[in-house]
Amino acid sequence: MNAFTGTGTLLRLALRRDRIMLPAWVYLLTASVASTAFSFKKLYSTGTSREQLAASLAGNSSLRALYGPLNDAASIGGITAWRMGVFGAALAGLMSILLVVRHTRAEEEDGRLELVRAGAVGHRAPLTAALATAALANLLLAVLVSTVLVVLGQAAAGSLAFGLSLAVCGLVFAGGAAVTAQLAETGRAANGSACAVLGLAYVLRAAGDSSSARDPGAVSRFSPIGWSEQVEPFAADRWWVLVLASAFAVLLAGVAYALVARRDLGAGLIPSRPGRTVGAPSLRTPLALAWRLQRGTLYGWSAGFAVGGAVFGGVAKGVLDLVRGNSGVADILRRMGGQQAVLDAYLSTVMGLLGMIAAGYAVQCVLRLRGEETGGRVEPVLATAVSRLRWAGGHLLFPLLGSGVILAVGGLTAGLAEGAAMGDLMGSVGRLLGGALVQLPAVWLAAAAATALFGLAPRWSSAAWGVLSVFLLIAWLGPVLQFGRRVLDFSPFTHIPRLPGGVFTVQPLLWLTLLAVGLTAAGLAGLRRRDLG
Amino acid sequence: MTTAISVSGLVKTFGRTRALDGLELTVAQGEVHGFLGPNGAGKSTTIRVLLGLLRADSGSARLLDGDPWHDAVALHRRLAYVPGDVTLWRNLSGGEAIDLLGRLRGGLDSARRAALLERFELDPTKKGRAYSKGNRQKVALVAALASDVELLVLDEPTSGLDPLMEEVFRECVAEERERGRTVLLSSHILSEVEALCDRVSIIRAGRTVETGTLNELRHLTRTAVDAELAAAPDGLSGLAGVHDLVVEGSRVRCQVDTDHLDALLRELTRIGVRSLTSRPPTLEELFLRHYQADTPAAEVAR
Repeated sequence: MNAFTGTGTLLRLALRRDRIMLPAWVYLLTASVASTAFSFKKLYSTGTSREQLAASLAGNSSLRALYGPLNDAASIGGITAWRMGVFGAALAGLMSILLVVRHTRAEEEDGRLELVRAGAVGHRAPLTAALATAALANLLLAVLVSTVLVVLGQAAAGSLAFGLSLAVCGLVFAGGAAVTAQLAETGRAANGSACAVLGLAYVLRAAGDSSSARDPGAVSRFSPIGWSEQVEPFAADRWWVLVLASAFAVLLAGVAYALVARRDLGAGLIPSRPGRTVGAPSLRTPLALAWRLQRGTLYGWSAGFAVGGAVFGGVAKGVLDLVRGNSGVADILRRMGGQQAVLDAYLSTVMGLLGMIAAGYAVQCVLRLRGEETGGRVEPVLATAVSRLRWAGGHLLFPLLGSGVILAVGGLTAGLAEGAAMGDLMGSVGRLLGGALVQLPAVWLAAAAATALFGLAPRWSSAAWGVLSVFLLIAWLGPVLQFGRRVLDFSPFTHIPRLPGGVFTVQPLLWLTLLAVGLTAAGLAGLRRRDLG
Repeated sequence: MTTAISVSGLVKTFGRTRALDGLELTVAQGEVHGFLGPNGAGKSTTIRVLLGLLRADSGSARLLDGDPWHDAVALHRRLAYVPGDVTLWRNLSGGEAIDLLGRLRGGLDSARRAALLERFELDPTKKGRAYSKGNRQKVALVAALASDVELLVLDEPTSGLDPLMEEVFRECVAEERERGRTVLLSSHILSEVEALCDRVSIIRAGRTVETGTLNELRHLTRTAVDAELAAAPDGLSGLAGVHDLVVEGSRVRCQVDTDHLDALLRELTRIGVRSLTSRPPTLEELFLRHYQADTPAAEVAR
């Protein structure tokens, strides 16, 4: 028996547990590359149109900050690699972080690893199985992405280099997550610190790329996402960068192996701080408890919306320049009603996107109720002088007001960034705050649907995610796929006025809010009536 | 004698399973009442109905002169509950959880809280996720015992506690009884029940099979007799109420129904007794009789 005994069995267990999550991630990433390449094939079919794109990007630092530099405008593969390279690499990194932590620290925290390690299992086997799962997922991603691009008629070498440039970023962050999983005591903290590094890597390369006209800037070389750009698929196909990045991933894994041998099961290398001996005087109501449990999520989402709003707002001017640079599009521009209309169309789409993402936050907050119930934590609370409505009400304030907070933050930073670029700070902030907050009734309806499921059909609570996906798919793809009016009407997001630019009407907002109130009331009535636990 | 809990004909079904099937339970004010039964007998279900977490299908349940479902909030101010499997919020410390639960009930006695933390040797600064099973149990016990309530509802409260801590728990419950509190104690640890409880109810498959003081229950069962006689006995097997008779020469071992003990002793002394031990049934034996009735009929027949 050596340190790796049992790895095979654990790997099969990991693949069995991830049989839905892993294929879903890989499929989603591959599909977004495929659809981008496919739409570019129609949009930029001629060499001149691609050259125009490259020329307008050369002077557009904000778009370079978002997507990175365009290295090869000669092929569809090249512009697909530009558009999806940075995002794809970051998403592969995120996938790998979640996979590795899920099979290492999270298992350890829940106590299942203790049971596993008590069997004939070496002390390196669980980490090896987790890393192998992540490696398999990234390899699969590389193979599928390259195949898709080759099928769409792109050069084989460039396609393979692009696929591998995504996968290698995934591998580096798999190694990074393996290290944070040894340092932190909880899965949440391990995920959080690894994701913070991922975010830093993205910002570093954004800073580097926006400062240099063509090549990724010097600062980008310190970012693993920057390394994926350095591969320059279709332009230079630098294979040695892939080798270097893989070597770094192996180095990180080595560090994790060294750490795992030096610590006790269940312990982290960074010990968690002791808590308070006595509860703060304010910790005395169901709302105070809900705040304690939900505040971290609210802070995290607010930070995400602040960054997202700033990025999307900041590139607004760049989008306008891009459209102006394309002679074919200039015609469309005139028909659409000039520059302001194009800008508004972009901004209102972004605001709609923020609304849909905020609905995800709202549904997550509502489902926390179910988590407290199935986790057995609601019983002691309801055995005190707390009614079911007060308990649920404390948590439901977060989808009600918390969604407003994160939308306001996103609208505010988008307005500040766009206003700073365009010169009308107060005007931009006002218009984008309005555009973000007008999404609230649709967000509330999604949360209300989740509340109704929780109250009336608790076992089906997580179907709220399904309802939300249907809402989003209809709102996002419906117009493109030309669904009928009735289908489109089913999603609350199609009823939200498109602001800024569109006509503001109160009526649909009122109806959505009323419907949300009705569904929430039905859910709460169900909660009062049903068995708990 | 006023009653703190009175349950009669309680029925609760989950899909096709009948968890409670006409359960009866009466707990007098000021008594410590043992609530016994094998796993899955319906103890926790009964307690959840009493806490207003589940709604009974039929039958009646009264708690402190209120309706456990409709008057839940008002009643819960007057009781404290300890579940058998305590889960805590992972980012709240034990001390915070104790204070929160106490305050949600309407306040707790901080002097008692400090004393209980000391007695149970509990570190209140750890976060919920860092406690072992036994320590999580202590958090819930301190939260319940530190509050000034009339009724304690304890559902296998000592699971995971070490013997020393179990002893502390017994002292605490004894003190609660001194203070006139009512305690409903669901438990599997029979020595604990024997030491603490005034009366017990034994349930099986959602029904109450026996209820009363331990002495009353002992009368319903058999006494073990082991005797060395002057001569080999004969005719003992003909006596009413004698079971599991084993005769080895002049030695006799048997079980006898407690109300037939007289007749057996008369017969033994007639032959002449050299030595005699008789042992009342332990709660274990009492209990096993009901546990064994759980095995399917086919297996018993074999």
